[in-house]
Amino acid sequence: MRLVILETSNSVGEWAAKYVMKRINDFQPSADRYFVLGLPTGSTPLGMYKELIEFYKQGKVSFQYVKTFNMDEYVGLARDHHESYHYFMWNNFFKHIDIEPKNVHILDGNAADLVAECNNFEDQIREAGGVELFIGGIGPDGHIAFNEPGSSLVSRTRVKTLAQDTLEANARFFENDMSKVPKQALTVGVGTVMDSKEVMILITGAHKAFALYKAIEEGVNHMWTVSAFQQHANTLMICDEDATLELRVKTVKYFKGILRDLDEGSQLEGYKN
Amino acid sequence: MDIRVKCTDEEPEALEQEIPARRQRLLQFTNCRLVRGHRIIHEDLWVRDGRIVNPEPVFFDERAKAHCRIDCGGAIVAPGYIDLQINGGYGVDFSHDTETIEEGVAMVARGLVKSGVTSFCPTLVTSPSDSYHTILPRIPAEVSRGAGILGIHVEGPFINPQKKGAHPEHCIQTIDKGLSTLKETYGSLDRIKIITLAPEKVTDPEVIGQLVERGITVALGHSMASLSDGEGAVQQGATLITHLFNAMLPFHHRDPGLVGLLASDAVPHGRTVYFGIISDGVHTHPAALRIAYRTHPQGLILVTDAISALGLEEGVHHIGQLPLEVKQGKAFIAGTETLCGSIAPMDECVRIFQKATDCSVVYAIEAATLHPAQCLGIEQQKGTLDFGSDADFILLDDQLRVLSTWIAGVCVHRTAK
Repeated sequence: MRLVILETSNSVGEWAAKYVMKRINDFQPSADRYFVLGLPTGSTPLGMYKELIEFYKQGKVSFQYVKTFNMDEYVGLARDHHESYHYFMWNNFFKHIDIEPKNVHILDGNAADLVAECNNFEDQIREAGGVELFIGGIGPDGHIAFNEPGSSLVSRTRVKTLAQDTLEANARFFENDMSKVPKQALTVGVGTVMDSKEVMILITGAHKAFALYKAIEEGVNHMWTVSAFQQHANTLMICDEDATLELRVKTVKYFKGILRDLDEGSQLEGYKN
Repeated sequence: MDIRVKCTDEEPEALEQEIPARRQRLLQFTNCRLVRGHRIIHEDLWVRDGRIVNPEPVFFDERAKAHCRIDCGGAIVAPGYIDLQINGGYGVDFSHDTETIEEGVAMVARGLVKSGVTSFCPTLVTSPSDSYHTILPRIPAEVSRGAGILGIHVEGPFINPQKKGAHPEHCIQTIDKGLSTLKETYGSLDRIKIITLAPEKVTDPEVIGQLVERGITVALGHSMASLSDGEGAVQQGATLITHLFNAMLPFHHRDPGLVGLLASDAVPHGRTVYFGIISDGVHTHPAALRIAYRTHPQGLILVTDAISALGLEEGVHHIGQLPLEVKQGKAFIAGTETLCGSIAPMDECVRIFQKATDCSVVYAIEAATLHPAQCLGIEQQKGTLDFGSDADFILLDDQLRVLSTWIAGVCVHRTAK
């Protein structure tokens, strides 16, 4: 695992965007060989999307040969509701870039047959050749996507009932009215993300610190589903200082040391297309 | 700040051709500052089939991309201006040029787009019955590459002779037999969108309601009405005041007259009384503009009340049945000092108004777009950049000068640099 510790949450978004741009450009995608990207929603990825849009506008990266698969979507929420993940992705990313609409895949929480929708999503990932880079976040309860505590670590895309923690975290987006908060979501499974060539997790804020500790300093445990990525060959975690608050000093020093010694950070900071 | 066009297939010039097949093309206007939701927002404008479309379902449902992307260079993109009162222009007088009315309206419609007007109501001043019978049916329903025609504004002949302004007194009539009088005078009410009348001259209390039922906007003007006359008319369905301050009693503190409708408590709940106001820098003092704006901003509508001399130079021309003279940028009844109409184009009126009142750019634009559309009850199709509305819009620079005009998604005018 690589743990990149940056100063602020803004730095995390910027670094992540630079990394995505570098990966796409190094891959040299074309009509015969698409770059398949797994995408999250949320406030940390928002910073990453803003940077990527800037890079696109500056002509440094193109999404013409990129296919995307989002991690999750609420069940039963209108697609144009301000809290839907379709709304988030359209307004914060897709409408600003040159991605082909048919290359965008987001689970449809209003599908007539939710199980079929989930199975179909897995098929589409398979048809696309698998995900090259899957980006995700971490919940305060250590979940990846909506794989709540207790989710199978080999799970696939499916319907999940949301945990109380998640409902409470979401309430503020639904006028603090619990009756309006969606109770279910469609989500990629832990296994689905594990299948990708590389996993990049973004973690910012002190409220995520305990989850990060559980995810990397304790064992693989289905109560903290992000811990599953300890068993992925290519896990990259990007976090800010606040998110390291529950880690051992030894862990933090080790990873900061790597970054400093290899000059990896500054190489990537100065990355030019 | 010129627009740059990039299309997936054809030449950019295709945007200016009005070929029906092209209408299916999806156009994406980027790098714009849209006037939408009472604000200026940084959003793209998507147009197809002459309408403004919501790009989200196009992306997620249709999985379609734009055929053409038009870079607006950061310009302000506003709905096209709507002029509810305009008597002619470019040498054309709608009330007088009976023989050539079709060409006349077409000439004006095509000229108006230069000032950012995309819809208008050709206005007829007080005229003999014969004139109405001849002219009304012959006004074209639409003009290709010209501003849209919303319907006709008949300003008269049922006005008060004491407030006739430049209207010919011998043509003024009274409504003796209610709706039948109107039908006899005009010939047919079908093409009429707005009627200006003096409410104190309307004896039949049903007439206004009957006109409103037919979808005609009843406007009050050229009148000696007291405030209570005006309120009575509003309660019967009148919703517009014609060129506020002009051709009506001045505001008086014990009987505010029609001007008092701006602050009347007798207006039916939920109803807005709109008022046209000429902000050509001549007809209304800036202080009067400010008083009207501050008293009742949601009802304010900019009109040009422009006459045949709009767009022409100094000299003698014709209006209604009388000759007029343009001198020093103003138009008078020839040989007198009586103003007989404005010659300031709409975009200039918007600029003058914004400067005089120091209102926001958004408000100044809404006074010439959203408000007139609301007054006529057509705000679902015109006057906004909302999804589903007609793609009639203008590109403006920061000084609110017109850069280009688009009607039904087709560029009908581009200002030369």
